[in-house]
Amino acid sequence: MLKDFASYVTYDFAGLAQGSRLGDALNFFIYDTIKIFLLLTVIIFVISVIRSYFPPEKTRKLLARKRKFAGNILAALLGIVTPFCSCSAVPLFIGFVEAGVPLGVTFSFLISSPMVNEVAIVLLWGLFGWKVTAIYIGTGLLVAILGGMTIGGLKLEKWVEEYVFQIRLGEGQTLSEPTFRERLAGAKWSTADILKKVWLYVIVAIGIGGFIHGYVPQDFLVRYAGPQNPFAVPIAVALGVPLYSNAAGVIPIVYALMEKGMSMGTVLAFMMAVTALSLPEMIILRKVLKIQLLAVFVGIMTVTIIAVGYLFNAIL
Amino acid sequence: MEIKVLGPGCANCHTLEQLTKKAVEELGPEFTSAKIEKVSDLQEIMKYTMSTPGLVVNGKLKHTGKPLPSLEKVKSLLKEEA
Repeated sequence: MLKDFASYVTYDFAGLAQGSRLGDALNFFIYDTIKIFLLLTVIIFVISVIRSYFPPEKTRKLLARKRKFAGNILAALLGIVTPFCSCSAVPLFIGFVEAGVPLGVTFSFLISSPMVNEVAIVLLWGLFGWKVTAIYIGTGLLVAILGGMTIGGLKLEKWVEEYVFQIRLGEGQTLSEPTFRERLAGAKWSTADILKKVWLYVIVAIGIGGFIHGYVPQDFLVRYAGPQNPFAVPIAVALGVPLYSNAAGVIPIVYALMEKGMSMGTVLAFMMAVTALSLPEMIILRKVLKIQLLAVFVGIMTVTIIAVGYLFNAIL
Repeated sequence: MEIKVLGPGCANCHTLEQLTKKAVEELGPEFTSAKIEKVSDLQEIMKYTMSTPGLVVNGKLKHTGKPLPSLEKVKSLLKEEA
């Protein structure tokens, strides 16, 4: 039905010839825009309702004194559904560590949260299909679990800033549980809020997609970043680390890269490097981590992301 | 009335502070005398919550974290403590 509508607007209403470059680009743009905004609205709303059941305080309780491995898996999963503002990473880190959540488990949570989020899920799903989305979520979780376990295994508590252990937690007041009606109202409000923040990125992403779909040759990047180039993955990661963007902002680039022949693993690695390793986040984390631990964190993440990139280039 | 907006200093915390100011203005005379304080000291924040931004009215925690409350919600939270 959506396809018919897009075709009607492009070929009948605007009078462009079927099969013409401009016509196809416009058709693709209209169809994808409507499809993705429908998906975004529905999925963000559903995830917002789910998130209202997992405030950080509850997540912390679930993770306190969890053993390695099981704790890391749980933390990575909870990273997807626990809402938190990136600026609260510091109080959250202190709150977790003070309440007895192991350092490595805390890291699994902090790694998965920015990497796997609802906007990324919708855009990947809408533009690349569910398989790529599932692979992205799966590898995101894998990176978070492995990264957290490695940091936990190295026993690096000595490189956490001392004051973190001196801050005393208050009695920790808790809010009363919202009613279901309140959860729905909150979800509606946050869906509108997120859409307001990302709509422009999304349209740009689809616009770029539509343009290169019609105009740039399909194998444009294959020579430089196709599966044959063994250095493509580390180069993509090296380029991605200093770039800072949320998932919504990076997807236009990712889409263009993949359309034009960059291989899947390289694209995934690039996207993870951009979302999971960013300079502003490092500056925030530096408040609670000594520089040595920060360096170890960046090192482990870089190596793990590169490994994931190679793995997917090999098997896809 | 003593109002505290908790946050280490980021866009969301700033938005909540603005919302609170606006709510106080719109609620009228009995609220305009309210003292709004922005709290960015970690030890002070951690007394109440670890998920910023937070809103504390007369020592009572009224809101934490994301999503931010709407203007109407902030108004009703303030009225509860009036």
